[in-house]
Amino acid sequence: MTNHWNDMANSDVIVCCGANNAENHPASMRHINIARERGAKFIVIDPRYTRTASVADAYYPMRVGTDITLFGGLINYLLQNDLYNKDYVLNWSNASYLISDTFSFEDGMFSGWTEADGKKSYDKTQWSYQVESETEWDTSAGAPYAWAKGAGVPEFTPPKVKVIKKDPTLEDPRCVFQLLKKHFGRYTSEAVEQVVGISQADFKEVCELVASTSSDDKSLVWLYAMGITQHTYGSQNIRGLSILQTLLGNMGVAGGGVAALRGESNVQGSTDFGLLFDTLPGYLASPTEAIHPTLRAYNETETIHSGYWSNKPKFLVSLLKEYWGDHATVENDFCYDYLPKRDGNYSFLSIFEGMDKGQVKGMFCWGMNPAVGGANVNFERSAMAKLDWLVCIDLFETDTAAFWENPLVEGEKAQPENINTEVFMLPAKAHLEKQGTVSNSGRWLQWRYKATEGPGEARDDGEIMTLLIHALQEEYKKDPGPFADPILNLTWDYLDEHGEFDVRLAARAINGYSTADKSLLLNLSKLQADGSTACICWILSGYYNNNDAFDDPTAQPCGARDDSDQTVAGLQGGLRQYPQWAWSWPMNRRIIYNRASTFKDTGKPRNSDRVLVSWNGSNWDRNDVPDFGFQTAVMDPTTGQQAVDAEGKPINVGNAPEKCPGFFMTGELVARLYAPGMNDGPFPEHYEPMESPVDNVLSGTQNNPAALVFAESSKFGSRDKYPILCTTWRVVEHWQTGAMTRNAPWLAEIMPHMFVEISEELAGEHGINNGDKVEVFNDRGKIEVYALVTKRVKPLTIDGKTVHQIGMPWHWGRKGMATGAPANVLTYNAGDANTFIPESKAFLVDIRKVG
Amino acid sequence: MYEVTRRDFFRVLGTAFAASSLASLSGTAPGFAAETDLSYRIKDAKESTSICCFCSVGCGGIASVVDGKMVAFEGDPDHPVNRGGMCSKGVSQFNMLNVYDPETGELTPNPNRLQKPMYRAAGGTKWEEVEWDWAIEKIAAKVKETRDATFETKTADGVTVNRTKAIAQLGGAGLDNEECAALSKLARAMGILYLEHQARI
Repeated sequence: MTNHWNDMANSDVIVCCGANNAENHPASMRHINIARERGAKFIVIDPRYTRTASVADAYYPMRVGTDITLFGGLINYLLQNDLYNKDYVLNWSNASYLISDTFSFEDGMFSGWTEADGKKSYDKTQWSYQVESETEWDTSAGAPYAWAKGAGVPEFTPPKVKVIKKDPTLEDPRCVFQLLKKHFGRYTSEAVEQVVGISQADFKEVCELVASTSSDDKSLVWLYAMGITQHTYGSQNIRGLSILQTLLGNMGVAGGGVAALRGESNVQGSTDFGLLFDTLPGYLASPTEAIHPTLRAYNETETIHSGYWSNKPKFLVSLLKEYWGDHATVENDFCYDYLPKRDGNYSFLSIFEGMDKGQVKGMFCWGMNPAVGGANVNFERSAMAKLDWLVCIDLFETDTAAFWENPLVEGEKAQPENINTEVFMLPAKAHLEKQGTVSNSGRWLQWRYKATEGPGEARDDGEIMTLLIHALQEEYKKDPGPFADPILNLTWDYLDEHGEFDVRLAARAINGYSTADKSLLLNLSKLQADGSTACICWILSGYYNNNDAFDDPTAQPCGARDDSDQTVAGLQGGLRQYPQWAWSWPMNRRIIYNRASTFKDTGKPRNSDRVLVSWNGSNWDRNDVPDFGFQTAVMDPTTGQQAVDAEGKPINVGNAPEKCPGFFMTGELVARLYAPGMNDGPFPEHYEPMESPVDNVLSGTQNNPAALVFAESSKFGSRDKYPILCTTWRVVEHWQTGAMTRNAPWLAEIMPHMFVEISEELAGEHGINNGDKVEVFNDRGKIEVYALVTKRVKPLTIDGKTVHQIGMPWHWGRKGMATGAPANVLTYNAGDANTFIPESKAFLVDIRKVG
Repeated sequence: MYEVTRRDFFRVLGTAFAASSLASLSGTAPGFAAETDLSYRIKDAKESTSICCFCSVGCGGIASVVDGKMVAFEGDPDHPVNRGGMCSKGVSQFNMLNVYDPETGELTPNPNRLQKPMYRAAGGTKWEEVEWDWAIEKIAAKVKETRDATFETKTADGVTVNRTKAIAQLGGAGLDNEECAALSKLARAMGILYLEHQARI
């Protein structure tokens, strides 16, 4: 989330599309209802009349997987009717930037498509900006980039600062604004009706409500979840929202933003820590053999010329320094060679493809249950049977740990004697049996305390990792094998005097410390690229920084529990930012890009009722931590340290607005209406899901050409054989694969059975009654579930044709107290072009009554 | 003098409301009287704050522990996100630790929680209970065997890559940040490329 849960109370319009927040994030409704008491409107656009729709001001049905057309229609409406926020767009976006002549778009394809050496992809260099001039970083002594040439900093050639050609009149046909207008000109209200299934009259209502927030005194927040991400063009769905919110001037303002309602209690944290093949902690790219063979190459390709990412070498060196301690020196590139270098896609779908082909021999699952939660689970479980070994660490026996005991293919016979995988199932402690922090969707890191001991011999995950690394180190001491150094030299100084994993010591490593004396760093501004600081995750630096009370989490920023709604400095407060409750990354900033809430030239707030930051002529008044370098330390020439006043407080001088860019996490320093870094085009374009009941009417390109597709394992079905469009969703009583909630008797009792929701019309066609057992099937598998015949789902008329949509929750499996068939038997192995997330939200099936 | 804290106020208010609405629904005053003989379940409890383990809203909760056993879990009224509210899943965090025995009504540990390391041999049809030391040593040996047999130090072009494509690691969204940091580091030290978790699906 760019903003956070409490901030929704500041919104004037709240749109839920691709989420079901009243059901799956119930506490969000508290904040939405506070906004509504003030007169805000809350609408839901969804394939199903959800529990959220039932409490909204208006509900609009839509076809699964057509969000880009919906958002494109809204973008077009704003542009055609001159209803965007002109000052914001001109000053805080790349609307005026000129684009290379090599960029073009025709019939669903962007320029630069290449099919060479069996690889199909876009050549993104064809989408670049027109560069006016290039300048060098000033690395002279005392200059901002002097650090890049400092002693102990690994050598690299700094990037050139590119000055982009611009047309502030926004009239040049090659400027982003005109290209945007042209691209989305095709997304008319007729096209929206034809593709999405919303009537033109209904769509006009949505357009008018959304457009009402383009004025400076109004804001809109857009809530989304897996409904728009689990598609082969999921990232472009989010791009569509970002463009829309930028045109409306709703980014960086109170009550605005794009709100990803994340699924797990700490999925924000686990993402921040790079538990993903393509990122290291803090969103640093994980190195590839082709582009990043050396530390020098890494720093030269990854360091962004402007904005805060220009500090990237500091982040990586500090990470390496934490990982390998004294072994990491400038002479050996801080052990950069120890990091594995990738040569392809190693994402979730690829794991099971690799397993199926015999490449992957062993797997760890730390509290994850892919036998229920992955795509195409019949395929996945069959692939797991080819593993030599599997280790599952969990609270309960999961379907994954016990995959050998159940049928690999749903509905067939179990054959454990034919499965040669050795399986270890280790008992873990639950969250209430240990302490540590979790990061919520709003980026708040909150400390949770240990309440009781765990059952039996259960151990916390940190302790299990400690046992594992120690055992591995013993093994590698005996026999070093091909390369033991990264394991033998790994820093693991997280153990207390009893040898137990102490989260406070891990917190020190995350927050960052001085390598000279292990003192905690104040925040990320203290990180260095010369090995004098160690820090696992730069964005979190500052969350545990109190050197005076190291042992006491309650005295650390992430343990803060002052629930008064106060200001940061110089303003009234009362804006629901809660700056002293927990700690929000980065820098305890509650609303990212908050500079954009002010006018560029004056620094005065665009909305005087919801002031986040405001230039007062000498410094910035603040209800939030500014998303820019808002002040500069005054140095004492005699000591070389920061000067202090009579009371001993450090002296700073405010940086005037002209020195304070917005969006300083982008190299452009503005929001991107045009994003040349995406794998599948700088603008979102409508494609159909890999399995769709209709042809793409907007172009001759049916599917996203850049999607990650495994056709063989997907066994795609035709619309003739499988005419029904199916999707998945969740219920409040269960959580994800149900591994925990189906083991909770209260929840198992109130939501015991797997079911499918079907319309009365479809039920009528198939002679199905409410409560009947039905089989839902396609070429990937079949599941037997109960039919819930309901008015909540309705057939849509799409391009003159009746399209039946059905949906089902995906929480059930064979283990636990409440059991049932997993919906993911029916999903396929194709994923988004940028994030590779499987397209679990749209697939074709047929249905029949059982018996 | 006993001071009513804000949390006590909520607690008393909530209890009074629940009791009065029950009484008015059933119309049985004796039932109400009987209820008042019971002492508060959390009267002598040691409280600690926590954050919900399910969705990502980050609602605050309070665990009440008596004699080392959690006897109640409720919403944290001071927490600015949920101000004491909890959904059906949120309150059922209680069940992750303890359940009420359906026969006796007694509070007992959740019988489905894993308490011992378990092992299933190749071709086996059941789990066997094993010791931690045995399991960890065996796992470490498996990791070493697989890693060493498949480890690539350099490509044909001479690029140092130090990786294995034979081990996959999944998970992390249910772990604390401090554990995620350690897990990510451990995987990279092993040279794992197939490193993924819930965010990808």
